[in-house]
Amino acid sequence: MLDNLHVFRDGFVRTLGLSLFSAVGALLLGSVLATMRVSPVPPLRWAGTAYVETVRNTPLTIVFFFVAFVLPQVDIVFSFFAFAVMALTIYHTAFVCEAVRAGVNGVEVGQAEAARALGLTFSQSLRLVILPQAFRNVVQPLGSVGSALIRNSSIAAAFGVQELTGVSQGLATANPGDVIAILLAGIVCYLVLTLSLAGAVGVVERRLRGEPR
Amino acid sequence: MALVTMEGVGKSFGRNRVLRDINLAVESGEVVCVIGPSGSGKSTLCRCVNRLETIDEGRITFDGRPLPAEGRELARMRAQVGMVFQSFNLFAHRTVLDNITLGPRRVLGVGRAEAERAARALLERVGIADKADRLPRQLSGGQQQRAAIARALAMEPKLMLFDEPTSALDPEMIQEVLDVMRSLAASGMTMIVVTHEMGFARSAADRVAFMADGQILEIAPPGEFFAAPGSERAADFLAKVLTH
Repeated sequence: MLDNLHVFRDGFVRTLGLSLFSAVGALLLGSVLATMRVSPVPPLRWAGTAYVETVRNTPLTIVFFFVAFVLPQVDIVFSFFAFAVMALTIYHTAFVCEAVRAGVNGVEVGQAEAARALGLTFSQSLRLVILPQAFRNVVQPLGSVGSALIRNSSIAAAFGVQELTGVSQGLATANPGDVIAILLAGIVCYLVLTLSLAGAVGVVERRLRGEPR
Repeated sequence: MALVTMEGVGKSFGRNRVLRDINLAVESGEVVCVIGPSGSGKSTLCRCVNRLETIDEGRITFDGRPLPAEGRELARMRAQVGMVFQSFNLFAHRTVLDNITLGPRRVLGVGRAEAERAARALLERVGIADKADRLPRQLSGGQQQRAAIARALAMEPKLMLFDEPTSALDPEMIQEVLDVMRSLAASGMTMIVVTHEMGFARSAADRVAFMADGQILEIAPPGEFFAAPGSERAADFLAKVLTH
């Protein structure tokens, strides 16, 4: 077990990397998508809705398959790691979108009306007035999406990425006698990640609820 | 030339006709108070002027031009029209000062230092200079509404819309807001004020428009209107609100 610590460490780092890159991607794209879904332009709203409903209702494994096997057919080739980040980003973008959209809808209508009455454009109202308030309401839901993302990243193991689940599997196969210890170690690693995230979410939320500036 | 004109304006929410054949012209520098029972369409009328509500029929012009449809043109038009809401609607995450400088800085492109100087002068004018760095929720209702008036004035609007500005206030705070509005009216600002404050309408309005069932039933100088309302509905209404 102790001999294999560095293997776990590598798996841990890879899971962390998968999660961080995908989280940043999903956060950016999800916010853009949420903007589309609340915009006054119907085609943008439709496109946003279509994306969310399609992706959210597709099993993540299929999304992985799609990215890992379909993209290379049109000569788009990256490392397994990059493909996994893409698949996780595509999938969780839909959930981030819905969390942000709920947050936007949770901001009082009067705030948007006051912004429009001042002469702010739609994007200015969103950026300067609505989103800053919406993000306070979405820290917790976004934390849940992030936690799901960390756990969902284990699917990358089936697509050749040696992250936590992948290395646990490999070690367990090589050392059948230590299966329980190996799996427990894997679980502890995931807990470290998800609980740290939960802690960070709590800190951010408390800070946002307090007095800004 | 009238600053605002409404010609044959009508609007429905579903089957409910909230405005019917509204004809109104507000001259530059004029103060028009819109009064009438709840649900008569007063607020909707006010909100149509800067297109927070769209209309189904008729025509509205501002400064000689029809209201633009959605988009930058509309934003530019709205920048010239200040609006004060019943529920204040100050931006909850920004300080009072930031609330007031946001429009000038982002819409008019005024520099920060200049916008803040102007904002502090406005806060002085509405009597809450010491609240500049507070958040809206740390202010009383009356102070919030005065900050909201300052926010609207910071855009140097040609017209101010007041949508029941004192209806959400505790009685002891109504006067401080009305005082600010009265001095604004005296300074020559063009104002459309939807209100239940008959005292304010009587003393500050140039004309009073009485609405019921989505229509303007009469429009007259306050002296005339309050002394001898021309319609039975208006007489009824005044009997109810003035004797309680």
